[in-house]
Amino acid sequence: MKNLTKEFQTRQQAYLTRRQLFRGAAFGIGGMALGMLGCDGPANPHEAIAEGITRGLHLAPHAKRVIFLHMAGAPSQLELFDYKPELAKLDGKLCPQSFLKGKRFAFIKGVPEMLGPQFSFQQYGESRSWVSELLPEFSKQVDNVTFLKAVQTEEFNHAPAQLFMHTGGTQPGKPSFGSWVTYGLGSDNEDLPGFIVLVSGESAPSGGKSLWGSGFLPSNYQGVEFRSQGDPVLYVNNPKGISRDVRRNTLDAIGDLNRREHEEVGDPNTLARIEQYELSFRMQMTVPEATDLSGEPDYIHELYGTQPGETSFANNCLLARRLAERDVKFIQLYHRGWDSHGSNDFENLHGGFKERCKEVDRPMSALLTDLKQRGMLEDTLVVWGGEFGRTPMQENRGGITNPFKGRDHHGSAFTMWMAGGGLKPGLTYGATDEFGYYPTEGAVHVHDLQATILHQLGVDHEKLTYPFQGRDFRLTDVHGRLVKDILG
Amino acid sequence: MRSQLFIVLITGFATWLAVFSCGGANDKISFANDIRPILKSKCMACHGGVRQLGGLSFLFEEDMYKPLRSGALAVVPGNAAESEVYRRVVSDKEQIVMPPAGNRLTERETELIRRWIEEGAKWEEHWAYTLPVKADIPAGAEHPVDYLVGQTLLSKGLFPAPAAAPTTLLRRVYLDLIGLPPPLKVVQTFARDPSEEAYQKIVDDLLQSPHFGERWAAWWLDLARYADSQGYQKDHIRRTIYLYRDWVIDAFNQGMPMDSFTIRQLAGDLLPETTDQDMLATAFHRNTMTNDEGGTDDEEFRVKAVLDRVNVTMEIWQGATFSCVQCHSHPYDPVRHEEYYAVKGYFNNTLDADLTSDYPRIPLHSSARTRVLSALKSKAEQAAISDEEIASLKEAIAELERPLPVPVMQDLPDSVTRVNRLFVRGNWLMEADTITPQPPTTYDKTGKEFAQDRLGLARWLTDGGNPLTGRVLVNRIWAELFGRGIVKTVEDFGIQGNEPTHPELLDWLAVNFTHEQHWRLKPLLRTIVTSATYRQDSRIDSTSYERDPENKWLARGPRFRLGAEQIRDQALAVSGLLNEDIYGPSVMPHQPEGVWNVIRHVARWQTSPDGQNHRRGLYTFFRRASPYPTMLLFDAPPRDLCVSRRIRTNTPLQAMVTLNDPVFVEAASALSERVRKATPDDPKTQIRQAYELATAHPPDDYQTERLQELYLLNRDEMGSDAAAMETVCRAILNLDEVLVKR
Repeated sequence: MKNLTKEFQTRQQAYLTRRQLFRGAAFGIGGMALGMLGCDGPANPHEAIAEGITRGLHLAPHAKRVIFLHMAGAPSQLELFDYKPELAKLDGKLCPQSFLKGKRFAFIKGVPEMLGPQFSFQQYGESRSWVSELLPEFSKQVDNVTFLKAVQTEEFNHAPAQLFMHTGGTQPGKPSFGSWVTYGLGSDNEDLPGFIVLVSGESAPSGGKSLWGSGFLPSNYQGVEFRSQGDPVLYVNNPKGISRDVRRNTLDAIGDLNRREHEEVGDPNTLARIEQYELSFRMQMTVPEATDLSGEPDYIHELYGTQPGETSFANNCLLARRLAERDVKFIQLYHRGWDSHGSNDFENLHGGFKERCKEVDRPMSALLTDLKQRGMLEDTLVVWGGEFGRTPMQENRGGITNPFKGRDHHGSAFTMWMAGGGLKPGLTYGATDEFGYYPTEGAVHVHDLQATILHQLGVDHEKLTYPFQGRDFRLTDVHGRLVKDILG
Repeated sequence: MRSQLFIVLITGFATWLAVFSCGGANDKISFANDIRPILKSKCMACHGGVRQLGGLSFLFEEDMYKPLRSGALAVVPGNAAESEVYRRVVSDKEQIVMPPAGNRLTERETELIRRWIEEGAKWEEHWAYTLPVKADIPAGAEHPVDYLVGQTLLSKGLFPAPAAAPTTLLRRVYLDLIGLPPPLKVVQTFARDPSEEAYQKIVDDLLQSPHFGERWAAWWLDLARYADSQGYQKDHIRRTIYLYRDWVIDAFNQGMPMDSFTIRQLAGDLLPETTDQDMLATAFHRNTMTNDEGGTDDEEFRVKAVLDRVNVTMEIWQGATFSCVQCHSHPYDPVRHEEYYAVKGYFNNTLDADLTSDYPRIPLHSSARTRVLSALKSKAEQAAISDEEIASLKEAIAELERPLPVPVMQDLPDSVTRVNRLFVRGNWLMEADTITPQPPTTYDKTGKEFAQDRLGLARWLTDGGNPLTGRVLVNRIWAELFGRGIVKTVEDFGIQGNEPTHPELLDWLAVNFTHEQHWRLKPLLRTIVTSATYRQDSRIDSTSYERDPENKWLARGPRFRLGAEQIRDQALAVSGLLNEDIYGPSVMPHQPEGVWNVIRHVARWQTSPDGQNHRRGLYTFFRRASPYPTMLLFDAPPRDLCVSRRIRTNTPLQAMVTLNDPVFVEAASALSERVRKATPDDPKTQIRQAYELATAHPPDDYQTERLQELYLLNRDEMGSDAAAMETVCRAILNLDEVLVKR
């Protein structure tokens, strides 16, 4: 704790000085979000009203930012959080017909066998929350965490379900969560994008880049991917042979000529363009500075298990904290490889799945510890989960039992957890039946989850709208209900 | 002093405007102009298509006059006191007054309603659903467009701007008609002789240019949601779909009338004498996504594709927001839930079924391929040709002789047609009544019967009795040139859409286009670009900006940032790098390592060989799961859905592209080499030439000196003439006046 305080002070100092420097150089765009200048925005009959009422804060915010840890591929809740001893008793028995009637599955055909929990569970913390043996570090965090045990989605294929979670729609083309948030709230850091995406794991998520696309919102609200190889942001670095001084000279000339252009022609977009060029110059400093993990002290690397230069979930968790410190509004992580069907060892609950747990357990726990010790967990909302859950049945692809232990896609009930951001810590909300198949209480639909996250940011999900194809669209479509019981 | 005078002027103007728009005391109240806007903003959320509280809806004529659930009549013509609507809006009782919450009606509004009822409560249709009428243009008027725009300017107390400088106009019309900047030679010739004849000649030449089709294809492909991949998780490559893109370019270049263009794309397979090219055109509706993720229900995604075809067709040609009607009757437009499924009936019978193979596909050639093939064949027949050349030609010929399998639309045979049913609340698993194909009643003013298949639908869309198609299409073209449609919501001509700023102009253009110009795009464009309205200077003085920031009244010329493709094409053209080849497979210009790593296992980005990576932007390979970054950063849509209007943004990431993206780095370097070669050892002339190449006018003294200063500064810093000139060229390519059309 002591070395943290010291580190914190020096860095805070350095950061403030830098900000002042940039302020002096900038034209002062006030609270404007990155790239919001000079956009020709929505064209609708109630344009003025839309600008005034539908955007911005509606409520007192509890969280200033969101870190969303998406486990792409959908981890099994039955092996991690939703402990079902009754299911163990049915292990290997044929699935009851009542589970299959009127139900559509991605892969299960005919009558599959039930599959008991594959790992042992214990209760932890004052909250006595259940966590399996696969997450030893995380089990120490349960009192910081709010569990949602009965999240529900409408899709059982990866791409549509991921799109549903992150855009509120099942087909590509809708604005993503972070786009809505930055559209509504702008950005608190004028020198970095307000919506940043970090990807790790086997490859990228199934939903493709639509998951962080701006859909029909203006393109300045699209998520900006911070890459771990090559330029951290596409084209942020000068071409070979161009020093910062040479670039400065060039931008000065562009700026002077553009100002003259503005004097003669009077287009306000020209002024906006001058500012965007200056901003790009500042980002050439802020982006490498924000993404450089090498300056982090050893004990922090130890805490997260980070290796600077690697592409890993651990590095991305630490990077997420650094971006949160810099007031980035929406930080979206994807870690892929959770699709445990049992059709090969990568998709084996005792193979790839266990590996994934190892990859995420320490970093995600470290993120909570680190945010907390910096006093940032209070106003940072951390969200963890997949796009759906897994069936209590063992998958029998095409009617034949898979060679490894695995489960099919299941959207009727799965576990997600959240931490910080003004929620009740140590709470378990919702429950499933004795086999983890359907909710028995506290069901939370994906749209409810979205409404609740927006609420914590101070946004009424029914009021954050954008006109497209003749109607006012929103993240929660025409649904969404605030989950009041989990609010602190 | 000056500002006070200005305020007085403005206030006076506003009062005058208010009186004017209210209608004088003697004018009859119009339901469409005066009453419907009130109902739309304050009543229709509860008394529209979705909710009809108390049994009242203002959407359809027959619904408004029928008895309410209470037995009362909402509207009793001639008697406001007896009309429930009027009684409710003027009531002072909390439980009675309407609307029950939110904004009450103003006195002016209740008075309008009273007068309208007293005057007989006559129903009027929404303007877009009545047939367009061509306004009379007085015999002396120079140009119909200018006459109609001028009338509006006068009524607003605005004055048109003077004509743009000849070279400014030249660059504008080049970018608008072919999407490329004018060559220096043309600029200099036109600067010497900017006569009317010279301009007309240039317009004619541009309309005949083979690059014309490329520019307008880039516009169409957003609507057609064209992409080189299937979408969703696997996002498999569609290797042959580019033949459809080439069909579009070709259609524009050949001047195919837009009615024929429509019919072929929607129903080319159903034409009595279908050609290969007609079949190719139907790939238009095979640009829907295919979901090859394991464990998906093919029927679910087949249905999604069918519904997409319904929505896209109605958006492109009717400016109708049809997706609203998928789940319930339209909340604001007079379209009933059943009518959506009546349109779906036209599309529900095709062979495709969300299969990975994109079945059905048939082997096809594009005209472009055929032309290249015959050129190669005649070349191979020439005498003076080496054996080596012959061999490679033969190989190329063999390659081109093989037709490519392209996804097309084909109907199921009669014996196995699908039953078309309504989906309850849009849910495809909840089927209800059987519905036969039919156009939506409100949009149908043809009074004719059409076949109940896609061909019937296409013929109905392009019938003279369809009030929307002509208007919607000319408005889209207008928006491309002016940056804003006469109806700003180019995608929505319904009640929620914007009113036309120039209704008479819209109708004149529409009728002229569909009747006199026989649906031909080139004459329509010629009409617009030869108007004085189009040729105005785009300078914005502060008063005109305050009066009309969006330039909707057209008291100045268009001025806005170039589109994603044009930004790229211009940089390549100015620097001399552009490969002007037309048609052919999509290409992969330089893209940073790793951008495609996000897509699992399916395909690799392999940078195209030299030359091919300097093709125009519309040939850039478009992968839905990971579109070319520069395109997205400059507001191109991801092509999952039909997008009628790109929203222009202005961001620091765009600055990074034009400063640092290797394509633009190359362009600056090539431009520098080009001017250094032209006048070695004369940096001033080099700078002036680079500037003129990029802007179509020579720099003035300040501009020249400022860039010379940059040159000297960076030369000191970098110790190299060439390197310094490259930074000057980069500065030029990043100037506001280069990035905008002005």
